[in-house]
Amino acid sequence: MFNIDRWQEIFEAISKNKLRTFLTGISVGSGIFILIILLGVANGFKNGTKEQFARDAATLIEFWSNKTSKEYKGLNSGRRIKMTEEDYNLIKQTYKEDIEYESVDFWKNGLATSYQSKSGNYQVIGAMPDKQFLESAELLSGRFVNQKDVDKTLKVAVIGIEVAKELFTNYKTAVGKYITTGNVNYKVIGVFLDPNERENTRLYVPYSTLTQLYASVNWGSGFVFTLEPEENYDIALAKSEAFANQVKSKLQQIHKVHPDDVTAIRHFNAVEGSKEIYQLILGMKLFFWAVGILTLIAGVVGVGNIMLIIVKERTKEIGIRKALGAQPKTIIAMILHEAIFITSISGVIGLLFGFTVLEFIGGQIKTEFILNPKVDFSIAISTVILLVIAGVVAGYFPAKYAAKIKPIIALRDE
Amino acid sequence: MIRITDIYKSYQIGKNTLPVLKGIDFNVDKGEMVSIMGSSGSGKSTLLNIIGILDEADRGTYNLDGIEVKNLNEKIAAKYRNQFLGFIFQSFNLINYKTALDNVALPLYYQGVSRKKREEKALFYLDKVGLSNWAKHVPSELSGGQKQRVAIARALASDPKVLLADEPTGALDTKTSYGVMELLQQINDEGKTVIIVTHEPDIAAMTKRNVELKDGLIISDKIIEPVRATLYV
Ligand SMILES: Nc1ncnc2c1ncn2[C@@H]1O[C@H](COP(=O)(O)OP(=O)(O)OP(=O)(O)O)[C@@H](O)[C@H]1O
Ligand SMILES: [Mg+2]
Repeated sequence: MFNIDRWQEIFEAISKNKLRTFLTGISVGSGIFILIILLGVANGFKNGTKEQFARDAATLIEFWSNKTSKEYKGLNSGRRIKMTEEDYNLIKQTYKEDIEYESVDFWKNGLATSYQSKSGNYQVIGAMPDKQFLESAELLSGRFVNQKDVDKTLKVAVIGIEVAKELFTNYKTAVGKYITTGNVNYKVIGVFLDPNERENTRLYVPYSTLTQLYASVNWGSGFVFTLEPEENYDIALAKSEAFANQVKSKLQQIHKVHPDDVTAIRHFNAVEGSKEIYQLILGMKLFFWAVGILTLIAGVVGVGNIMLIIVKERTKEIGIRKALGAQPKTIIAMILHEAIFITSISGVIGLLFGFTVLEFIGGQIKTEFILNPKVDFSIAISTVILLVIAGVVAGYFPAKYAAKIKPIIALRDE
Repeated sequence: MIRITDIYKSYQIGKNTLPVLKGIDFNVDKGEMVSIMGSSGSGKSTLLNIIGILDEADRGTYNLDGIEVKNLNEKIAAKYRNQFLGFIFQSFNLINYKTALDNVALPLYYQGVSRKKREEKALFYLDKVGLSNWAKHVPSELSGGQKQRVAIARALASDPKVLLADEPTGALDTKTSYGVMELLQQINDEGKTVIIVTHEPDIAAMTKRNVELKDGLIISDKIIEPVRATLYV
């Protein structure tokens, strides 16, 4: 219902009653502002905690192989099992829907790495692009191995911070330089920091490059996966166990390993030990939701209160308007229209303010437990909409009450 | 214009019933200027509010210009007030954040008159009460007499059939009161029906008919020769 005349009435009422408008606006705006900050900090907490606990991805599932310890189908025990790229591709295909990150590991130990006069012995691992996320490695400079490197079997390496310090002193100068590892030259494309100290003495090179150089067949030392994230620990655990067991049986079947052989195909499931993380994140989430909902309720009560005060303050005006011929529904419309207008405008202002503060201050905060305090824009918008609706509902009853006031009562001289 | 027969009205105060009007018969013809007198609490305002459809009688009939006023819902009541009646109050009851012009234009807003037309008409009536130069001022910038003139202009704006004034001079000094009465006489001269509640005999003397209320009944009703307020201004 767009009515220019009504808008003019409302603008007049709003602009001539600046203090009232301002106070209403402030209470709604600050409510939204606090809510946004709160949600932002909650998210930051969540990110921070995840980071704190995630030496590797918290949901990592790893498979590797060794010698058999049981005879099976006429095959001797003590036979070395080598998992192949075909095995890997089969798993990848079968569980496409469930897998989040995936990589083959191909380990090569005992290679000396040198740059000019400096050298050291580091673990060299052939990896795929997702390895970065599987290890929760942070890139300090350059980039990680990407699909193109793998496809073209390029001789590039991403080196751990400790490697970079030893070979280059200043790790920032490493990218672009050529290092020699086992007589092969690799171009350094990035330097990483792994939250797990020991793993900073590693080199990651494309999986294809390393197998081409050192393996007669395309085989991997291990496969690493994470599954699509689950909120609930029990579900995450059940899914990861099912996945691990199915993959293991499949591999045993392919390589003719006795189903009860514990040494041939082995696996590690990080989900099993990450119950605390799930609980902490869940607890934190619940806590902040509770605080958020309480803030929202406080906002709704606040808006309702303000509406009540406004109606009280305007009782006389409403009486005059009714004596002059205003109909009840016109009075309700007037009050609600004004309420919606002020709550929406100040809500959006509070929202923008909250976002700005998160953006500016959020970047500065560098404590261990708060990381990237951000709010989902759609959540924020829904919050504002919710508060406006709440404002309307909270305003409706006072407005209706106002419309029912008899003009003689309203106009009576006190 | 106004036909009131055997009207009763009482108020409920806690458990007690306070009878205020106890059988009033009261007729007013078009073009009359009537004053209602009586001691405090005699029911003057109550009667005027019933005439103004701001309140409803418990019993009896009320016919306003051929229309039966009974059991009206809020919507119709608002419409009748807007079309048939103009109110003037002792405490002016202007909207304090609106200019004189916008106050006068307000009844027209509720009639759905366009903004331009509203301002035109409002200015016409402000001119009529001698305040066209004060159109852009808010009530707090006006004197008591000026405020009451704005209220009169507002009551006239919707061109009502009857003008109802409850102690219109109650808050004004004598000289200003006569100025307001001069204006009301002038409006009555133009043919508008005016009913004034007052307890000041000199104000009542400026109307054409005196009605006296006592304990909820009319005890006297006489036609008089009005004193022209112009003589005192
Ligand atoms: N809404 C109400 N509820 C209860 N009692 C009321 C109400 N309105 C008026 N009364 C009572 O009814 C009686 C008559 O009131 P009314 O206002 O009609 O008197 P009045 O003649 O106008 O008096 P005054 O000269 O003081 O204005 C008074 O005793 C008053 O207290
Ligand atoms: Mg009275």
